[in-house]
Amino acid sequence: MLRLSHLSKSFGRLQVVKDLSVDFGRSQVVCLIGPNGSGKTTMIKCILGLVIPDEGKIVVNSHQVGRSWNYRRAIGYMPQINRFPDNIKVKQLFEMIKDIRQHRGDYDEELYRAFNIELIGEKRMSTLSGGMRQKVNAALAFLFNPAILILDEPTAGLDPAASEILKEKILSCRTEGKLIVITTHNMSDVEELADQVMLLHDGTLKFYGQLSELKTKTGSNKLSRALIEAYSRTADTVIK
Amino acid sequence: MVTLKVLKYVLYDVLRSRMVLAYALLLFVFSYALFYLESDPSKSVLSLLNIVLLLVPLVSIIFGTIHFYNSREFIEMLLAQPMSRRSLFFSEFLGLALSLTLALVFGIGIPAITFGVSATSLFLILVGVLLTFVFVAIAIWSAVVTNDKARGIGVSLLLWFYFTILYDGIILLVLFYFSDYPMEKVMMILSALNPVDLGRISVLLRLDVSALMGYTGAVFQKFLGSISGTVTALALLVLWSLLPLWFGNRYFRRKDL
Repeated sequence: MLRLSHLSKSFGRLQVVKDLSVDFGRSQVVCLIGPNGSGKTTMIKCILGLVIPDEGKIVVNSHQVGRSWNYRRAIGYMPQINRFPDNIKVKQLFEMIKDIRQHRGDYDEELYRAFNIELIGEKRMSTLSGGMRQKVNAALAFLFNPAILILDEPTAGLDPAASEILKEKILSCRTEGKLIVITTHNMSDVEELADQVMLLHDGTLKFYGQLSELKTKTGSNKLSRALIEAYSRTADTVIK
Repeated sequence: MVTLKVLKYVLYDVLRSRMVLAYALLLFVFSYALFYLESDPSKSVLSLLNIVLLLVPLVSIIFGTIHFYNSREFIEMLLAQPMSRRSLFFSEFLGLALSLTLALVFGIGIPAITFGVSATSLFLILVGVLLTFVFVAIAIWSAVVTNDKARGIGVSLLLWFYFTILYDGIILLVLFYFSDYPMEKVMMILSALNPVDLGRISVLLRLDVSALMGYTGAVFQKFLGSISGTVTALALLVLWSLLPLWFGNRYFRRKDL
């Protein structure tokens, strides 16, 4: 469904992603973890076509990224945005994205309703709190029933109730056969959601597999322990 | 077309920004005062010309650069949607340029109408609009090419300073050192290289005040005559807005966001 092969990207002299190959299938939640600056965001931006890779290719539903923008119809992206245009209202943001996407099927308004976004429709985006913006971003990502969801730190800044709603939505999307890729620093999210864990360090893939596997291989039962163990291994060991 | 859909919201956003409103108001106050204080409308157009030549490029280039930087994260979000970078680039450009144009047309147009429309005041507005397009295009180009906000604004300010102030000095210097040679053709090429100069010349050619035209203006009139001189100057201004736009779009297409 989503395949990266030999992806490399450097910014100036700094190589951020090094020869990354990975294959994601349907009906799974992949948690992308790794310390700050490990290349998580760059990898996601490459998939979305925001960053143009130096080498390698990305295939989304048999469309190669970079040839056209049409493949993005299949992707819902929840970014972490701090700055919206000053004078756009919440309602208008939804109209605008609907206008751009020209979605033909049904809208998935579950999160839109669960987060009561109707009530803040008249508010301007710039006046919303961080958590409210996250709710708007989440509702937008799920609105068009995309087959692939890419969520950048989805639960950061959400209150516990909203976070719970979002996680349930993620899990129900998985049963519908969707692929959900999440970056997160929140270990309890990983424990609750992940089918597969993908660990990046210095732009290279250190581990890709099931959570239980990571735990046994690092010899640690608690995930946070396992991760500290995994993060602290030298840059050239792959956890096998 | 997606460009128009995005343009609608960019326009909506920019038109409500305080800076555009303040800009319109400022132009309105200036032009109202100038038309009110001066009994001869062609003289007030002349004073207004100097204000337009200074203010329009400054506001266009600064506001354009700042707005593009501030929209950065939002642009990222939009480009994660199924749309091309080119559509987004042109809708940002048109949104900015059209809002500032509206402010200009309102700010100078209403006083001009109240004090009796003259062809020259309409022409001044036209030149102002062209300058808006030129400097918004330059602003977006500089915002696309430089990654750092402070540096981008610096580049924009420097370009404004160069075109409106430094350039005249350079021309004088060239004239002074090469005064023994025939400089007419060189001067024409030099003034074509500065959009602000082109704007000034094209309005002055209409006003027919050759004494105020300066060297480059006089050369334009001598070589091209009034009408074709004006048309050439306007065409060059259009070219001046297309060029940075083309370069900016080319760079933006391959940029890492």
